[in-house]
Amino acid sequence: MADQKEILSGLAEIVNEVAGVPVDSVQLDKAFTDDLDIDSLSMVEVVVAAEEKFGVKIPDDDVKDLRTVGDAVTYIAQAGA
Amino acid sequence: MTGMALAPRAGAQYARILGIGAYRPSRVVTNDEICEHIDSSDEWIRERTGIITRHFADEDESVVDMAAAAAEKALAAAGISADQLDAVVVCTVTHLLQTPSAAAELAFKLGAGTPAAFDISAACAGFSYGLAIAQDLIRGGSATRVLLVGVEKLSDITDPTDRGTAFIFGDGAGAAVIGPSDTPAIGPVVWGSDGAQTEAIIQDVTWRVFRNGATHKFPSLRMNGQQVFRWAVYEIAKVAREALDSAGIGADDLDVFIPHQANMRITDAMIKQLGLPESVVVARDIAETGNTSAASIPLAMGRMLEEGQIKSGDLALLIGFGAGLVYSAQVVVVP
Repeated sequence: MADQKEILSGLAEIVNEVAGVPVDSVQLDKAFTDDLDIDSLSMVEVVVAAEEKFGVKIPDDDVKDLRTVGDAVTYIAQAGA
Repeated sequence: MTGMALAPRAGAQYARILGIGAYRPSRVVTNDEICEHIDSSDEWIRERTGIITRHFADEDESVVDMAAAAAEKALAAAGISADQLDAVVVCTVTHLLQTPSAAAELAFKLGAGTPAAFDISAACAGFSYGLAIAQDLIRGGSATRVLLVGVEKLSDITDPTDRGTAFIFGDGAGAAVIGPSDTPAIGPVVWGSDGAQTEAIIQDVTWRVFRNGATHKFPSLRMNGQQVFRWAVYEIAKVAREALDSAGIGADDLDVFIPHQANMRITDAMIKQLGLPESVVVARDIAETGNTSAASIPLAMGRMLEEGQIKSGDLALLIGFGAGLVYSAQVVVVP
């Protein structure tokens, strides 16, 4: 089981890799679209990379509910990472 | 019952593309013009799709007109006259006449005599599907020279006010003449479908619903962009790899990558997934042509040949994917 901190740092690496956003900017309260400028297609790349990294499934229908980094961290933690 | 043995007919051992022809309608449509009907911007469209302009056919310009223009160029490139064709295959989802086929009308318009003629419906995978069929017609002995045309007038079934699709699609035609070959020049096809994802790209209402007056809005395409992106990049890239394996070549042997021109972002993500070396020339015709479904692969190949980006004899990986969902890939020798 990864804890929230581990998930956040893993997710930050992914967001950095996909969209070039500095790792330090990826904080729990940041919104993917409005704060980090991650568009819907980059979000798919983030989600698929997160699935691989944390061994979870994040269906398309759930992706739209992941507004902030915190939403994603909570989702991944609950999905069993 | 002891029946008489039927006489078999043997085909050519191999098939190849003999010539390619491309046709884009003259009217160029900018992102700014698209944004007259949707709340978007030139910058947003470029970032999400890589599209700068697309071409729209005139109101009275039919898919058969466009197909004929591309076909004449392909025949000239192949050094074949229309009356030497014995099959005409059209890949399209925008021939808005339920019957007869666009292919029969096209064959007549070209002066091709009386070839076998039929349409296939495989959306954006149409050209790759058609190439597999053409090759099998030739190798099976049912035809010697096949005209294959991918043609779409997507402007007819695009809702200019739909923010999910209005900026994606364009019109055009790409044609190929396929004939016998002494050496293998069209690799084994890797193809399939996933009907569980029918809703991902779909005409929003049936003709029947429209006829019955339940809606007065003409049927148009709807697409779940995120779902298609995920499928194309993470599932279909595997199909491309299988096509290379089936042809017995590695990514390092490849000269050209011509994916269906769906979205520049899909192309970029696919290249990453496939780990294609930088030496591979990648089709980016979508920037000026938009997504023309079944026409996009031959249109892109035609442009790359015209501009000298690729040459005869190069090995090209083709992959089509789209509504169905359907997918298809093969490696071909550039004519």
